[in-house]
Amino acid sequence: MDDYSRPNPDELLESIKKQEEIGKKGKLKLYLGMCAGVGKTFSMLQDASREVGHGIDAVIGYVETHSRHDTEFLLFHLEQIPRKQINYKGISIEEMDLDAIIARNPKLVVVDELAHTNAPGSRHTKRYLDVIEILNNGIDVYTAINVQHIESRTDFVSNITGIIIKETVPDTILDMAYEIELVDLSPDDLLQRLNEGKVYTKDKSEKAIKNFFRKGNLTALREMSLRITAERVDRQLRDYMVENRINGPWKSGQRVLIAISASPSSSQLIRWARKVSYTLEASLVALNVETSKILNVEDKKNLYSNIELAKELGAEFISSADEDIVKAIIRTARKENVTDIIVGKSKRKGFSRFFSKDIVKSLIEESGNIDIYVVSEDSEDNRKANYKFPVPQSGIYKYLFSSLCIIVAAGLLYPVANYIGYQSVALILLFVISLLPLYFGPGPVLLASFLSPLIWDFFFVPPHFTLAISITEDALLFVLFYIIAIVSSILTTRIRSKEILLRKREENATALYKLANDLSTSVNLDAVIDAFTKNIKKIFSADAFVMLTDDNGKLQNSPLSISDKDFGVAQWVFMNKKIAGKFTDTLPEADMTFIPVQGPRGIYGVVGIKMNSKSSSYEEENFLNVFVNQFASAVERETLSNAANRSMLFQESEKLYKNLFDSISHELKTPISAIIGSTTLMLDKNTVLSEENKIKLINEIHTGAERLNKLIENLLDMARLESGRLAPNFSWYDLHDLFNISIQKLEGEIGDRKIMKDIPENMPSVCIDIGLMEQVINNILLNSIKYTPVDSVINLTADWDKEFIYIFIKDFGDGISEEHINFIFDKFYRADKTKTGGSGLGLSIAKGFVEAHEGSISVKNIDKGGVMFEIKIPNKNLNKPYEK
Amino acid sequence: MRNNFKILIVDDEIQIRRLLRISFESINYEVCEASNASEGVLECANRKPDLLILDLGLPDDSGINVLKKVREFTNIPILILSVRNSEKDIIEALDNGADDYVTKPFNTGELLARARVALRHVHSINNEPLLKNGNITVDVSTRIVKQGKEECKLTSTEYSLLLLFIKNAGKVLTHQFILKEIWGMYYSDETQYLRVYIAQLRKIFEKDPKSPKIFTTEQGIGYRMVLIEE
Repeated sequence: MDDYSRPNPDELLESIKKQEEIGKKGKLKLYLGMCAGVGKTFSMLQDASREVGHGIDAVIGYVETHSRHDTEFLLFHLEQIPRKQINYKGISIEEMDLDAIIARNPKLVVVDELAHTNAPGSRHTKRYLDVIEILNNGIDVYTAINVQHIESRTDFVSNITGIIIKETVPDTILDMAYEIELVDLSPDDLLQRLNEGKVYTKDKSEKAIKNFFRKGNLTALREMSLRITAERVDRQLRDYMVENRINGPWKSGQRVLIAISASPSSSQLIRWARKVSYTLEASLVALNVETSKILNVEDKKNLYSNIELAKELGAEFISSADEDIVKAIIRTARKENVTDIIVGKSKRKGFSRFFSKDIVKSLIEESGNIDIYVVSEDSEDNRKANYKFPVPQSGIYKYLFSSLCIIVAAGLLYPVANYIGYQSVALILLFVISLLPLYFGPGPVLLASFLSPLIWDFFFVPPHFTLAISITEDALLFVLFYIIAIVSSILTTRIRSKEILLRKREENATALYKLANDLSTSVNLDAVIDAFTKNIKKIFSADAFVMLTDDNGKLQNSPLSISDKDFGVAQWVFMNKKIAGKFTDTLPEADMTFIPVQGPRGIYGVVGIKMNSKSSSYEEENFLNVFVNQFASAVERETLSNAANRSMLFQESEKLYKNLFDSISHELKTPISAIIGSTTLMLDKNTVLSEENKIKLINEIHTGAERLNKLIENLLDMARLESGRLAPNFSWYDLHDLFNISIQKLEGEIGDRKIMKDIPENMPSVCIDIGLMEQVINNILLNSIKYTPVDSVINLTADWDKEFIYIFIKDFGDGISEEHINFIFDKFYRADKTKTGGSGLGLSIAKGFVEAHEGSISVKNIDKGGVMFEIKIPNKNLNKPYEK
Repeated sequence: MRNNFKILIVDDEIQIRRLLRISFESINYEVCEASNASEGVLECANRKPDLLILDLGLPDDSGINVLKKVREFTNIPILILSVRNSEKDIIEALDNGADDYVTKPFNTGELLARARVALRHVHSINNEPLLKNGNITVDVSTRIVKQGKEECKLTSTEYSLLLLFIKNAGKVLTHQFILKEIWGMYYSDETQYLRVYIAQLRKIFEKDPKSPKIFTTEQGIGYRMVLIEE
């Protein structure tokens, strides 16, 4: 096989990816026309009706018929989603109902006028964003657009027609389109339609023909739309060639870099670059070099919109900081494997050219094997119109204060001027000026450097109190003073601003480090959230509202509770995993900006940031994103460790359950086995049993039944305790009776053990539920019996004081090991598992019953070996009939 | 066949031990007891019983471990007597060398019968070329299989399977065990193979293959070839 005909795996993957993506999302069909009236809406509706005829579920999302009859006629066949009324400043505006369309979930929706700007209060600022959301929901869209609204073409259209186009759609929409259908009409036909009043009403038509619809304009626009379609067809052909392994002339791996600045003419450059990169089939990288030059508000806005434009046009944006623009460009270009660089032609004229090196020249010198395109920028008058005098950044008092510094210095020097000579005064004043940039901005420093030579000349240079200079040397000194003062102030200011920039960088790095540190030392999710909000507050002086998902994966409102409207926006962000809210294009009416909290494994929630102003630089915005990313990974870490803990807990409880199940089934089944085993043997016809064995078997049956009975009683007691409905039936009893009954019941179990009772002579009677208390003593005695030798002694004694009645049960066994003693009253806890029998319920029931008497029970090992249980219940003898 | 077998009972419940002692002594077996795992292994080694009856839930160690230890030094039949009745527990015990499994509560008559089967099985294994269960005979030297006087035609896999069953007549064989023995260890999860071949054996030997009396199913565990009384 010819190696060269094999498609590049990356290319193939790309085309497969493209197809998969298209499969998931809805398909976009774009009806492109050169201008209004060519019949876009008509052909779109015609196609949609045909689809309906084929059984496709197609609806109208938004169509403007402009009262054109043939178009209106087509609408009758199609279902229309009712429009939404939006109230804006008292005016009701009709907009497409995005939610209704998504809820209706048709196969295909028709949306007219893609470039439309939505009324304030809509979810997205632009309709094309609505369309993207519809597509993301898997619904196909037919939409129409005129060529002049396509971002990269607006300049040309403005140039040709002289009309500024405000409603634009990014070029990426063209790439998203599955199909572009050109709706074409010759200019003559269009003009005829206009004249016939088919497009606009008669009077409007005449006006339109004079302005926009001139034949020259139309021809140019037509050429443009044909060209776009041709480019598109060309691209499709290439895609086809890739997919079908047809070897073609495509060139891959090209990468175009464009340097953008705050200049308004940059936007033109960006559009041009986009066109070049599209035809080269190269990816586009936009670079902004941040220098220490402080941008004014206007420039910042320009830069920001240029960056946005570049991103809209599908460029990858990179920001780099360097004083040397050329170096930064070359460095980034090499790092990003850029093959071509596009720059604007420098327009600096006259004087300034001698001072700084021309950027284009230096770029060409240093670019090596990278191609450089130089593009002419905007016309000069446009540039002038946008030029503004630099607005002073420092307050007026700073100017006053810097001047005052010089005046004070001069005042102090005046008395000593005669001794040190006025030349030294000049040096000292220069020294003061060199210090000023430490405290003041460039403006005040310049003012001071301007003032000081004058003051020096006026007060110190003879003749005094005139600006006249008598000696030529002094005149020379004066000029030098001027030059040195101004140059040194400029230089120091520059160093200073560089330092400020560096410091800001370092601050950012430190802030990030601190956040990372705070997040990593947070022990739980709440601490993570707390650390994050505190850091946001400190660095961005903004409030952060963290909303995370609950166990069901639903977004929960912040505990600080934000408004329903804002929470709705947060939910949108959560669903769509995109930034939205204030200062963005999506749902800008919200009170804050919402950023999704996304980790590599998914989305964990949304953060709302309440900022007062839009981030001033792209870097700052980026910095905020880095912050949120850090937070997201911390949240992910906590969520994962929570999940791990939960699964461990689950395993533990599974184990516990199994133990419990084993123990209960063992306890229940052993006596039943004895009973069934004995009876089946007695009933077995093949076995001959002696009388003696028969009696033994009957005894086994009896023992088993007794044991079962005891267990069931225990379980029932436990259930009574658990239900909380245990109501003791109190009455007065003599302790002797209680002890006697308890011991009697144990006759079968005691064996040769001796139970020694000891009750003081003057023991008062006790107020107890005799049934419950008997169980208590019974259970404790049973426990002692089980863990002591057959012939040992068990002491059962009592005592009393004003407040309590005490009952002690003491045995002389081996005692309970320290690791178990704290748990022996726990349900189902068995200290010594090697001893058989016992459900681990007896002592726990005893404890429950004692507590029902408002008493307490405790246990301790005694010195001689063995354990002592102590039961303590309130002495209810109010009149205290016996004295101790 | 001798009649005075010696039985070792390992169970932590004295009541169960007492009951089993009465039961086995009534058919003239000699009975000895152990109440925990370590004692059980020791008694088994010292007293050399003919049959071990073992509880799985022992206080000091699991019955499975006793099973493993005992299997290191003896081949005597071991009968598990336990409250645990999950398929998982039963399979684990059988795979670790138990011969049969009876769950508590149990029918004593049946337990005694199972014990007899286990004992007879051990004492009938010899090197005779003719293996027998009821009227089914397998001549290992000639590979001729007969039911009564009629010769049965078997494929080679069916023959191996029958041989395995008849050698272990009366015992439950787990799916895994059978699969490993016949098809090799890589097939130990392919229970559907087994189902097909068991159905074929039933078609050949059972009077009514739909309600099998010879090759019975132990639900979720395996199959047993019942010992046929002559």
